[in-house]
This record gives sequence, structure tokens and C-alpha cells, in this order.
Amino acid sequence: MTPPARIAALVMGDPQADRVVPPTGWPARLTVFTAGAMAFLAVFALALSLAAGRVADIWADALARTATIRVSAPTDELALQTRAVLEVLGQTPGVASARALTAEEQRDLLEPWFGDGLPLDDLPIPQLVEVTATDEGYDAEGLRQRLTAEAPGAVLDDHGRWRRPLVAAASRLRLMGWAALLLILGATAAMIALAAGSALAANEQVIRTLRLVGAKDGYIAQAFIRRFTLRALGGAVIGMALGMAAVALMPGAGAGEGFLTGIRFRGFEWFLPLAIPALAALVGYLATRAAARDTLRGMR
Amino acid sequence: MIELREAGYSFGGEPLLGGLALTLAPGSFHFLTGPSGAGKTTLLRLCYADLLPTVGEIELFGQSTATMSRDDISGARQRIGVVHQDCQFLDHLSVTDNIALPLAVSGRDVDAHRENLRELLAWVGLGPRADALPPELSGGERQRAALARAVIMDPDLILADEPTGNVDWEMSMRLLTLLAELNRMGKTILVATHDLGLIRAAKAQVSARVLRIAGGQLQLAGADL
Repeated sequence: MTPPARIAALVMGDPQADRVVPPTGWPARLTVFTAGAMAFLAVFALALSLAAGRVADIWADALARTATIRVSAPTDELALQTRAVLEVLGQTPGVASARALTAEEQRDLLEPWFGDGLPLDDLPIPQLVEVTATDEGYDAEGLRQRLTAEAPGAVLDDHGRWRRPLVAAASRLRLMGWAALLLILGATAAMIALAAGSALAANEQVIRTLRLVGAKDGYIAQAFIRRFTLRALGGAVIGMALGMAAVALMPGAGAGEGFLTGIRFRGFEWFLPLAIPALAALVGYLATRAAARDTLRGMR
Repeated sequence: MIELREAGYSFGGEPLLGGLALTLAPGSFHFLTGPSGAGKTTLLRLCYADLLPTVGEIELFGQSTATMSRDDISGARQRIGVVHQDCQFLDHLSVTDNIALPLAVSGRDVDAHRENLRELLAWVGLGPRADALPPELSGGERQRAALARAVIMDPDLILADEPTGNVDWEMSMRLLTLLAELNRMGKTILVATHDLGLIRAAKAQVSARVLRIAGGQLQLAGADL
């Protein structure tokens, strides 16, 4: 039987075969609950992984494309050195744009630390220059050397010092999210295999009777496989729906790059959890098939 | 159909049966007798490959049971009707569904055989009990339902293990008549029973060979039966 035909046969089922196996009681309910709980967790692991991926991408992009130059000089030389910095940047390949921050912008930056009413004009505040790189980027070391020569008070800060560990952490978090998904699938498979094995063992007398009247092991296994696959699918659909509802209720971050506030799915990502019930059904199918083969082989 | 060649069976190192030599020819009727615990059930289980011989060989429909796969055995069982000592029904299915079980497991459309099922239920006298569940049946009704299930696939061979073990004399005679009727239809029949009265009563209806198990050996029974 080809795989599509096998899937069709599994979905359509055989009403006669479905009836020969008695209701499997708690193992079937355990399968529904396990699949539901695991699908719920899988939705969160997926959301976490996608959110971590988004944050890593945003931070990595910002790391690669933005930098700040701090110009520290006596007040009478500050404007001159700032001009020199902007000239150097204007001639540097890989720099898309550069501009000196206005006094108001610098005040806004310092306000969270020093409060409002900051006498900026009376303080020797360095001038900040915002640099945006092209996609190709610039040679940071070469730029540092030129700045040292043209504007000795200018220091290039490419944000790498603090952005790089955060990007690495976000990337790891993304990997851990995917690893969590795999572990959830593995745990689901183990639970369903245990439940199916228990149901098969509990029905040993039924299996003996079916064999007595000429049932092939494939027929017996199929009756259990279909039952547990559909239970896994049903439980996973419920768990996925609850998980998606819970994720939808999480506060959104708008266009920001916050992590905890940006865990909601965005755009096409809302369709990704729909794969979870299908995966749960596949896991249920494979786990029950393995358990059925193992148990039936053990029953002479 | 079934041939036992110096077959034997041991359990836990203890030989239960040995030197079994028997050929069940098509259309024959055999009784297998012997005291309780002599090994009648074991011999029947060897015949439908529920057990494999530990020595010798058993050939079922031309194939050695030792080389048969599980699916081969299932295929052979679809040609054998077994009336088990304790009937072995699925208690959650009705009598009709239990009798139809061999059809269902072999992939046949049970609905297409509804008329056959009705006739068969009437033949074994279970028409009014068609929708009852097995636990609701009396011992005799269970034995007749088991016989109906054994013949639903129109098997070549019927193996019956103590089919009259739980029923009164009148019901025993009724079951014997059904078995004799099947034999006249060309079915090969092997009945294990410790009921010598049943065997004597059968002489009036069928020409049967009587085999006796004693001391783990199979012998042709004497004329005293």
C-alpha cells in the first residue's frame, strides 16, 4: 500500500475493524490528555523559539548596521573635531549615513539617568555621532585608525561589546526552543507507546480470539493504531487551540524588539502551530505501530 | 489436509506428547479421546498451529507449521473452524457479530453475508438470541454459537475441543447432529472429547475413527468403544 493510500485507509478506517477491539478505557483517555498537554507546550515552545529568533535577527542586524562615535574634546575644539569625524565618515566606504545628534536628542538619552532639567550647556558632554552602515559594512579597525589621526578625541563604539553576547543568547534560546519541541515530541511518543502497549496487553484475550479466527497481526495492529492515532490527533487539536489562544492573549510589543512582550506569533507564523496536530498524529501512529509490533511479536 | 509425522510436544522440558503420527484426510471424521489432562487440547492446538511441535513435524495444508509465518498461520486458520473449549468470544459484541468475526477479520463485507448469518443462526437454533451478548448465553447456546462461528467461513476442517463439555445430553446430541451434518457436506472433522457416550451415539450417524491418547501416545481405540 502506498503512503497516501495508507493515510487514506487510516483516516477512513474500517468500521468492522474498529468494533472488534473493545473500548480501551484509561489508556485512550491518557493519550488524549498527553497529546493535548504536549501540543499546548509545543505551541509555547514554538512561540518562544520564533520570538527568540526574531530578537536575535533584530539585534544582529542592529549590531551589523549601527555604531556610535563619541567625540570628547575641549568645548572650543568640539565642533571642529565633530566636523572632521563627519568628513572622515563621508569618505569611508560602507558608511551609509552619519549625523551628529542634536542637543535635544542627547538630553533625551541622558534624562533617564540624570532626570529632567539637566543643565546640558554647562556640562562637558561629549558629542555623539550616529553611524549607519551599508549592507556590506565598513572596516571598523581602519576607521578607528583614521579617526585617531583626524580627530584624536573620537572613539568608535560599534556596540559589539554588549550586543554580541545578547545575540548569542537569543540564538541559543531559539535552538533551545526547537530542542524543547523535539523533546516534547519524544515524550509524546513515549507516553503514547506506553498507553498503547498497556492497551494491547490488557486485551491479550481479545487478541488471542482474533488470531483464533484468522486475524492477521497487521489487522489487529491497525485497529489499535487507528484508535491511538485519532486520539493523539484529537488531543493535539484541543491542546493547540488552547495554546494559540493563550499566546494570542499575551501582551504584544508593537514594532519593538522586546522579548517577553513580543512572544505572540506574527503574520504567517500563526499558521505554523497547525502542523503540531499533524505531527502529534504522526508520532501517535509511529509509536503505536512500534508498540503493537513489539507486543504482538511477544504474544505467540 | 493435516499430517503429523512423529510429532511431539514438551513443556518445561517434560514431554507431554510424543511419536504422534496421524493423517486427517479430506472428508474424514475423527474422535480424539482420553482422560482429562492426557493432551487432547494440546494435540488440537498443534493442529491449528497455536503450538509448534518440539520434535517431528506437522504439515498443515501442505506446509510445515515450523516454517509458517504468523500471516501464513492466520491464512491457514481462515480455512479451519475451531470450536474452542471455552468458546472464546468477544464479550462486547453481539452473538451475530461474534459469529461474523472470521468474515470481518478476513476483510469480507459482513453486511453482504447478513442472509447467510440469519440462516446459520437458525441452523444452530440461535435465531432469537442474535442480538444477545455472550455473557447472556447458556453453556449450550455458547457452544452452538462457537460452532456457527467455526463454519461461517465454509472451512475445510473443523476442530472441536470438548464441544459438549458444558451442555446436557439433549444439547450434546443436537451438537453431534450438526457436526455429522457438516461431515456429510464434506467437511473434515476432529472432535476431542472425554465423553465416550457421545462417541457411541455418533456411530449411528457417522463413520468415525476413534483415537485415544494414553501416556502421551496416540493410539487407535479398540472395538470396546
